[in-house]
Amino acid sequence: MLMEHFNLALVDWSRAQFALTALYHWLFVPLTLGTSFIIAIMETIYVKTGKDIWKRITKFWMVLFAINFAIGVATGIILEFEFGTNWSNYSWFVGDIFGAPLAIEGIMAFFLESTFFAVMFFGWNKVSKGFHLTSTWLVALGSNLSALWILVANAWMQNPVGMHFNPETARNEMVNFWAVLFSPTAINKFLHTISSAYVMSAIFVLGVSAWFLLKKRNQALAKRSMIVASTFGLIMSVFMVITGDESAREVFRVQPMKFASMEGLYHGQTDAPLTAVGFFTKTPKPEAPNANEWGPKIKIPGMLSYMAALNTHAYVPGINDLIHGNTAHNIISYYERIKMGKLAIAALKEFQLAKKAANDSVARTALKTFEANYKYFGYGYYNDPHKLIPDVPLVFYSFHTMVGLGLLFVLIFLLTLIYGLKGKLPVKRWILYVALWAIPFAYLAQEAGWMVAEFGRQPWVVQNYMPTLSAVSNINQTSVIITFFLFGVIFTVLLIAEIKIMLNQIKQLKDGGQQ
Amino acid sequence: MVKLVKKVFFFYYDGFRSMTIGRKLWIIILIKLFIIFAILKLFFFPDFLKTHFKTDQQRSNYVIEQLTK
Repeated sequence: MLMEHFNLALVDWSRAQFALTALYHWLFVPLTLGTSFIIAIMETIYVKTGKDIWKRITKFWMVLFAINFAIGVATGIILEFEFGTNWSNYSWFVGDIFGAPLAIEGIMAFFLESTFFAVMFFGWNKVSKGFHLTSTWLVALGSNLSALWILVANAWMQNPVGMHFNPETARNEMVNFWAVLFSPTAINKFLHTISSAYVMSAIFVLGVSAWFLLKKRNQALAKRSMIVASTFGLIMSVFMVITGDESAREVFRVQPMKFASMEGLYHGQTDAPLTAVGFFTKTPKPEAPNANEWGPKIKIPGMLSYMAALNTHAYVPGINDLIHGNTAHNIISYYERIKMGKLAIAALKEFQLAKKAANDSVARTALKTFEANYKYFGYGYYNDPHKLIPDVPLVFYSFHTMVGLGLLFVLIFLLTLIYGLKGKLPVKRWILYVALWAIPFAYLAQEAGWMVAEFGRQPWVVQNYMPTLSAVSNINQTSVIITFFLFGVIFTVLLIAEIKIMLNQIKQLKDGGQQ
Repeated sequence: MVKLVKKVFFFYYDGFRSMTIGRKLWIIILIKLFIIFAILKLFFFPDFLKTHFKTDQQRSNYVIEQLTK
């Protein structure tokens, strides 16, 4: 089946709907993941020191955590609905792999989060300090473990391992759970995602506290919160940089097209530099990848090669090398992959027909051909390899926004920590304004990270095996358009509600004085 | 055992009764769950394969047909 046979408008609307849902869902999740730990740290200080100010601090941030949790909870369920309705071919194709991680996620979320959540909020003065603190830590661990299983499922889509495709049922069956759980892609994805969520949450705490200091209200709460947030944020941002660096090598290994797109690299080279600052003056189109032009660039020599292979002289293939192949570097062209993919698709069809006709010898031969070419199955839906290039400018700008902001946050944490320890935060108003205005940029960095991961892997829904166009259900396009706008409205209302309720809580917090 | 159940019950009962901002948040959660499950799931998001086919065999035949036609 060729891509011309698919309803591409339906594919695009389904993708847009999924992206809208995921991007909005991701506005709520990182704050839950990170603030849960920040609160646990604050409560630990309270239990250790016995000072009431720390109880007050913990309770205040707990309320903001609860608001975010309440608004965000269950928004991810909509993504699961979309799998069943809009992406039924995909759901069937991956069903057995996704089942286990998502089931574990559901059980963990329910038991760990829900049970101890109640103790965390209702348990003040009713359970012992130790039990309350344990519950707070378990809520943090529970929410982060929930994220683990979702990210393991996502990582499998980026780097499918530990499975066997059953040509009789058209389903992937898990043959090695541990290979799925501990795939390098899954480990890096989990660690980088949660560390970036911690950084975002630390920026949130820092920014809100900065607002209190700028308004000269609740200064004791604000100063202490800023010390905790900047310490936590600084440690986690270093961890985020390290895991980001590891992730880059993993992307280079399993998704070289995404890696080349992140840098906008069209022609492969050794000693490849990384663009620190740069922009397209002529936006390249997939069908004409050579027609791109760049404005002035600031480059870091050899850095892209280093990111790819820990060697500043390493060869990094560009988009054109992947499309046309490069024998010197053992790169099979996309033209070749398309041929093999078509063989796999034809062999699967032949295998099915032979099975129905009870023709075992033809079925065996077809199966052999299928298995020999299956690793490029998804390429077979295309004739033009240029259709397999993601939106390069979008991926390039998202990647550089994410990295640039991530490094800026390290600097902000460092400065706020130094000024905080010296007791100079209330007089350094400029850094307070920077911290406050960093909040929307922390959200932007999160969304940019999601875009690098998800737009960068296009057109694949399962890398090399299933493109988005063969994953969609044959449903009415109008209903997808209606629900797209419906979600737009619902999520915007939820976001406005979150911001309004949070701002009210922040503004209404009674001034606790200087100490 | 009865004492423990009673204790747990009143723990939740008192907790819910003494909520301030929590009340508003629970209302939001309940409205949201209603919209998600009673409107979106019911009217807009039927499971495509489960709705159109009765058995797994039919579902797999359909998906294979979709993937290879």
